[in-house]
This record gives sequence, structure tokens and C-alpha cells, in this order.
Amino acid sequence: MKFRIYRYNPDVDAVPYMQDFELNMESGDAMLLDALMMLRKQDDSLGFRKSCREGVCGSDAMNINGRNGLACITSLSSLKQPIEIRPLPGLPVIRDLIVDMTQFFKQYHSIKPYLVNNDPPPETERLQSPKERLALDGLYECILCGCCTTACPSFWWNPDKFVGPAGLLQAYRFIADTRDQDTASRLDNLEDPYRLFRCHTIMNCADVCPKELNPTEAIGKIKDMMVKRAV
Amino acid sequence: MVNRVVTGAHYGLRDWLVQRVTALVMAIFAVVVVAQLLCQPAFGYDTWSALFSGNLMRTFSLLFLLSLFYHAWIGVRDIVMDYVKPASIRLVIHVLVILALILYAIWSVQILWGM
Repeated sequence: MKFRIYRYNPDVDAVPYMQDFELNMESGDAMLLDALMMLRKQDDSLGFRKSCREGVCGSDAMNINGRNGLACITSLSSLKQPIEIRPLPGLPVIRDLIVDMTQFFKQYHSIKPYLVNNDPPPETERLQSPKERLALDGLYECILCGCCTTACPSFWWNPDKFVGPAGLLQAYRFIADTRDQDTASRLDNLEDPYRLFRCHTIMNCADVCPKELNPTEAIGKIKDMMVKRAV
Repeated sequence: MVNRVVTGAHYGLRDWLVQRVTALVMAIFAVVVVAQLLCQPAFGYDTWSALFSGNLMRTFSLLFLLSLFYHAWIGVRDIVMDYVKPASIRLVIHVLVILALILYAIWSVQILWGM
């Protein structure tokens, strides 16, 4: 199998370059991450992140044949050769396929990703009806891999100002939570031409999400709530 | 990486909503004009000037043009926000675009009511 992989070690290389690799293996049931780990045996300088290797931790997000995805759940047989692998676009590269996610997490933290409830905590848990709980489906499953946000041109353009699809999906996750009491200030926090309204609904986020979530829909629901409280 | 984030202008919803409403007005106007033209037996200057002679059509046209200008303002502003980074130059461009659009609006009235 043939690979073309983005290489860049800022301590050594003046500019990034693409390196060709070859691997003697059948694709079979193997995932891209399996191949990357075998390639690292060939060349132990190849840098990439991985942890759970089953699509739960979100560490191995990368740009695979021009499309963001998780290497661990992308089957090799689905990929056209040479398989071109690059780091997630729009974020600073630390080394090879490892990117600096600081900006991404700054945006995530800016939406207060935690429950705000000023009532004294009850003896047991704060209860929700099954219907109220259902509203969180399609939101809480996000693993913050960064595939969606780094596929979004609005984030490439304004990474410091636009929250990005992952952050906005999580913003709605807490807006939609009936146990949260901070809805008004959460909406205030997003009522901004950059933070929320840079989204032009091109839906790259929903297209690439490895967990098949739909940040565009969540963004639409935030806008709906803003309209409802304004008119 | 930018450490200090300067956002929080607390507007955006109105423009977003206006963009949708003005788009709807423009779409309806386009359908009406095309339908009107298709209903005419022949095309020509007479057909065209007759179509815009009534006050109803003129008012609807003005509504269309005002929608177009407001819609254009939001679109152009969004582009400028993406591409022009220095705030001072952005402000100057914003002012020029607004002034041009206001002039277009005045000009539209002059054209429609033939002053």
C-alpha cells in the first residue's frame, strides 16, 4: 500500500514536505491507524497522536485524502491510493500530524462547557424526564476530536473569534439541558457577529463528523432560540 | 494563537434575520416580474415601461431594491470582516459601502418615479 504523509519537524526542517511510504500488507479489515503504527516501525520519527484506537478518545483526527476523520475508524479498504495524510487544517503544526489544539479548546472553554445550576444540590441527582433527556441526544456524544472545527472555513479565517462547530454544538448541549439555569447569559455570550454568526451553514462540519453528529443543526437551534426570545 | 480574544459586540441576530427576510422579498419579486413578463404577448420597451407604470409595481420594486441594498450590506460586511484585518481600514470600507448603498437607494427612487 502506498502512502504520502505530511512531514514537518520545526527543529530540523525549514519547510514541511510530503514523504512517500510503502507498506506490504493487505487492507483487509485493517484501519488506517493500524497502517500508521506499522509505518512508525519503519520510521520511528513519524509523529501522530493516538490513544483508545476505537473512535472514543478523538486523539487521532487527521486529514485523510483531503477529508478530516479519525484514523482508527477509517478502514484502509475505503481509501484511494496513494493515501495522502496531512495534519488537521487550520491549526499550528507541532510535528508531522500533531497539531496544537490550544485555540480549539480555548473556544470550547469560552462557552462554559459545564452545568450552571444555583439551586442547592438535591440528595440524589437532578432529575430529568425521558423527553428532556432526549433533547441531549446528538449533542453529548461529541468527543472533541476537532474534525468539524478544522473543516470549517469560518474557523480558518477567524480562529480567535469564531467559536467553531464543536464549541457551538457543546454550547447548545448546555442550552438544551433543562437542568441548566444559565440559558440567557449563554445566548448573550453567543449573540455576536463573529462568535456565532460567522457560521454560513455550509455544513462541512456535519459532513466530516466521525460520530455523525450535526453541529449545523445545533447552530440553527441556537439561532431559533435567539429569535424566540427577541420577537 | 491569539491569547486575548476581543469579541462580544452583542449584535448579529437582527442582521441574520434581515438577511433571510430580504432574500424572501427578492425571491418573490423575481417570481412576480418573470411571471408578469411571461404573460405579456410581446417583449419590448412598451411592455417594460407599462409594467413599471403602476404605483403598486413601483412600490414593490422599491421594496425589492431596498431589500437588495440591505442584503448586500450584510453580505459585503461579512466579506470585509473576513478579508480586511486592520480595524481602521475595515471601518472606512464599511462607511463607504453604507454611503454608496444610501446613494443607490435615493437613485432608485429617482429612477422609479422619474424625477
